[in-house]
Amino acid sequence: MDLKELYRDVILDHNRRPRNFGPLEGASHHAEGNNPLCGDRLSLAVRLEGDRIADIRFEGSGCAISTASASLMTEAVKGKDRAAVRQLFEGVHALLTQPDTVAAPTLGKLAALSGVREFPARVKCASLCWHTLNAALAANAARVSTE
Amino acid sequence: MAATVSVATAPRPLDVEAVRRDFPILATTVHGRPLTYLDSAASSQRALAVLRAVEHYERHEHANVHRGVHALSQAATAAFEGARERVRRFINAASVKEIIFVRGTTEGINLVAQSYARPRLRPGDEILITGLEHHANIVPWQMVCEQTGATLRVAAINRRGEVPFEEFQRQLSARTRLAAFAHVSNALGTVLPVKRMIDAAHAHGAVVLIDGAQAVPHSRVDVRALNADFYTFSGHKMYAPTGIGVLYGREELLAAMPPWQGGGDMILTVSFEKTTYNELPAKFEAGTPNISGAVGLAAAMDYIEELGIDSIAAHEQRLLELATASLARMPQIELVGTAAHKAAVLSFIMQGVHAHDLGTILDADGVAVRTGHHCAMPVMTFFGLPATARASFACYNNEEDVERLVRALERAREVFG
Repeated sequence: MDLKELYRDVILDHNRRPRNFGPLEGASHHAEGNNPLCGDRLSLAVRLEGDRIADIRFEGSGCAISTASASLMTEAVKGKDRAAVRQLFEGVHALLTQPDTVAAPTLGKLAALSGVREFPARVKCASLCWHTLNAALAANAARVSTE
Repeated sequence: MAATVSVATAPRPLDVEAVRRDFPILATTVHGRPLTYLDSAASSQRALAVLRAVEHYERHEHANVHRGVHALSQAATAAFEGARERVRRFINAASVKEIIFVRGTTEGINLVAQSYARPRLRPGDEILITGLEHHANIVPWQMVCEQTGATLRVAAINRRGEVPFEEFQRQLSARTRLAAFAHVSNALGTVLPVKRMIDAAHAHGAVVLIDGAQAVPHSRVDVRALNADFYTFSGHKMYAPTGIGVLYGREELLAAMPPWQGGGDMILTVSFEKTTYNELPAKFEAGTPNISGAVGLAAAMDYIEELGIDSIAAHEQRLLELATASLARMPQIELVGTAAHKAAVLSFIMQGVHAHDLGTILDADGVAVRTGHHCAMPVMTFFGLPATARASFACYNNEEDVERLVRALERAREVFG
């Protein structure tokens, strides 16, 4: 069991220094994500301009996988429209759940999450932020749970 | 737990290597490494004697109980009722009528909440619990409070994770109808001064339920010496199967309580106009019970007494001291719960490493610990933590297990730099 596959440098870096962390002024959409078994809590705020994510920030507390995944996600989706975000979500979902999925080049740094699928108990840590983003974009003030 | 036990001489030392051979699962490897099982507070492993007793019952004696005159039905009934007598002796209850088989501690508490508390409580009445409780000893009382209009009060804990007796006493009043608290905290390992607390609650006229899930496997429990009104515990934390547990209740209280669930076995006569209920303990055991579970529980009690509960307690206390001293030498580790009187449970955090990452890293080394809120979210909130890692010890753990835990924690520090 190779822990380095899970805790890659990119993951550890984004856990230590999460990007886009903190409150977002003038958010148009937000959602809360909860992982009750772990106690992970994620609050996601998005400012949509038309169909495009103009800005996105997150707050909360969680494990390294959940924090790094949220940080990487905010970097990846900023500036993207809904269709592109959906594509990224599907790419990450496949990466986390389907064996032997090779990360598409469009995933960029998100490919660092590919080690998570070898640790089934941790997949929900990595996917919490994405489900929360879906909820935020689908409706305002939604609440999401991975359990 | 040693301090709750008064023995004139030191207990016979445990031959832990022989004990380890009694638990076949300990030979398992995890990710290519020997299993270091430090999660017995969540669920202990099964002793070979338990597995054999269950298998013998299933192969040679199984039929439904209390029904029919055929040989197997009688054998199954004898095994099941024999197990009840075994439990009675183990906790020194006065009568087998006071031993109700349930699924586990959670069901035992819910039974008392719904059958004892719900019909009696009125608005203005109070139920007193403590800040250490497992969700199973919080939520059933909240439900009863919603149903009756009674109020839930909580005796607060201090920074060491203790319930100061004075605080508990301060929360008691003539309005306290029921007090419910753990004998030993599952999240922190704190041993509560239950005898004093029971006496204090009784002095205010309250009935007392003790959640003994973490106490019965690790210390001598005598329900009559404690003068507990209700005492409940689970088989699977004491080397027996899951799905079997015990609710002890004083006969006088149980006799006055209405049945909780209806069905077969709990009736004397049924007509569409009127049903009469069976005597204790059958009144509270509707439906076919977990017969093989009861047989396994009885075998586990035999096994524990063979080893000697005082010997187990002394062994676990030694491991607790060793592990506490070892973790204290690690600067990044902070122990959560430092009560003066503890069972062999260590809750801790590592600076800069979330408990779940710690759990995964330890698992890669074959070390099984619990991570999370341990079904005691108010305890985590009190300490301002989302989660802790928890190592808990049982009769089969040895010093090598402590060393493996320490090495795995050092590795976690390396992974996270």
